[in-house]
Amino acid sequence: MSAILNTSALCKSFGGVTATDNVSLEVEAGELHAIIGPNGAGKTTLISQLSGALRPDSGVIEFKGQDITTQPAHKRARLGITRSFQITSLVMGMSVLDNVALAVQARDGHSFRFIKPARKIRHLRDAAMQSLAHVGLDARADTATSALSHGEHRQMEIAIALASGADLMLLDEPMAGLGPEESNTLVSFLKTLKGQRTILLIEHDMDAVFALADRISVLVYGRIIATGTPGEIRNNADVRHAYLGEE
Amino acid sequence: MGKLTRTGFITVLVMVALAVLPPMFLWSGQAFYMDLATRLVILAIAAVSLNLILGFGGLVSFGHAAFIGLGAYAAGIPSYHATWGGFEAIATYNGLFQIALAVGISALYALVTGAIALRTKGVYFIMITMAFGQMAYYFFLSLDIYGGDDGLTIDVRSELPGINLDNPLSLYLLAYVSLVVAMVIKFLIVNSRFGMVLQGAKGNPERMVTLGYNIYLYRLVAYVISGAMAGYAGFLLGNFTTFISPDMLDWTRSGELMFMVILGGAATIVGPVLGASVFILLEEILSSYTIFWQLPFGLMLIGVVLFIRGGLMGFFKGKGD
Repeated sequence: MSAILNTSALCKSFGGVTATDNVSLEVEAGELHAIIGPNGAGKTTLISQLSGALRPDSGVIEFKGQDITTQPAHKRARLGITRSFQITSLVMGMSVLDNVALAVQARDGHSFRFIKPARKIRHLRDAAMQSLAHVGLDARADTATSALSHGEHRQMEIAIALASGADLMLLDEPMAGLGPEESNTLVSFLKTLKGQRTILLIEHDMDAVFALADRISVLVYGRIIATGTPGEIRNNADVRHAYLGEE
Repeated sequence: MGKLTRTGFITVLVMVALAVLPPMFLWSGQAFYMDLATRLVILAIAAVSLNLILGFGGLVSFGHAAFIGLGAYAAGIPSYHATWGGFEAIATYNGLFQIALAVGISALYALVTGAIALRTKGVYFIMITMAFGQMAYYFFLSLDIYGGDDGLTIDVRSELPGINLDNPLSLYLLAYVSLVVAMVIKFLIVNSRFGMVLQGAKGNPERMVTLGYNIYLYRLVAYVISGAMAGYAGFLLGNFTTFISPDMLDWTRSGELMFMVILGGAATIVGPVLGASVFILLEEILSSYTIFWQLPFGLMLIGVVLFIRGGLMGFFKGKGD
């Protein structure tokens, strides 16, 4: 296996708080790599640096062998990195289908096209519908996004990540705020994606993480204290001490 | 579909009224109302252009009057030199040349100021667009050769093939057709792929960047289109008033345009036209009753903004849409 994403010695602090402390991470192509850690461990900060929303203070990020450390977010997206947001981030004023179609449109060449109605462009609409059907939201395609439930918004986030066609999906707590049943549905859905997409998953739901992940990295106070298979992590003494709080 | 036909109905109603009523006033000898309608339609073009970035792009530009002023001076200055000599390169009554100049200079000004202003967000964007607007205002104020503070009188209106702008009806029809074209252009843009990106960036810029859109570039192009369109409205306004002064570029003019958009309904095609109509008519009616007309006028506007979400179009569309 080869690494699709590499970070070396990544550091980021906010004032006196070190949110990312010398993080070297390797995500292999096709794996589902989970990052766990207590609240405030710097998980979202790490994702934001990978997606380009934040610039690291030092260190290097490589994607598909290319140094992307200083690339702006929109260029990284074009290279094949997408992220979902912990706090739902959608265009509320648009329909569900419009939201997803924008993700398809983003990889369909530039959008400086002023005449043809976007909603009449078959291949954009069809691809978006496909993604929606994939997550089971196709019946809601024409609904206003603001009218959907929280659970449906979470599904939309996934549909958009799918529709973007990205090779690497950074999923920031996709289960946040979901009931047990919805969580289970999402877990089994993410299972079906395994092997097709590389996924870097941040999640608090430990059952979900251990059911899904090929490998897990444990982040505590901005540092990665262990990386390994779910079995290795479960039995790692440091992890048990630092994260699970056991003596 | 109910919503669609209602909007369509209002659009047709407003546009037919604007097409039919002013010529009728003219023929019944009330030229004053024809003048009012001409000013209304020209300002409606400017409001339509502002709405592209304000309503659909979420960019609250407080300096749009600068483009109108640039467009007006682009008509006035060549005409001035054609009459009084000097500056041979641009001295002409040729309207097509003046339109090209008006649109070109406005677009260029939008490109330069937009490139800087769009690096800021929110209140800072409002302030910086206003500052650029005032910059243009003081530029023309200090331009003594073109009258400075006293303004510039256009002695000869632009000459256009087949259209005599000295004829009020011809001028009105040109303005009216221009308004329709501006609305069609905006309708196409808003619903195009470009328009979807622009509206997406208004609703959630972070999401759009994550999808791979360089929203800065899309916004800049929208800003340039909007500025160019307002510059054209300025060309018409100069020809209508035949008197141009820095006052046309003052920030209060920009504020009036914003009010027309918000009053009529931002992010709709016909909203700014409706807003401009109500604005101009109210101004006229109220000022005939009292010299303190701005007080009830202001209260009415505040009422609309506070109690009717989405402006007049939001009101007509009804609740629950």
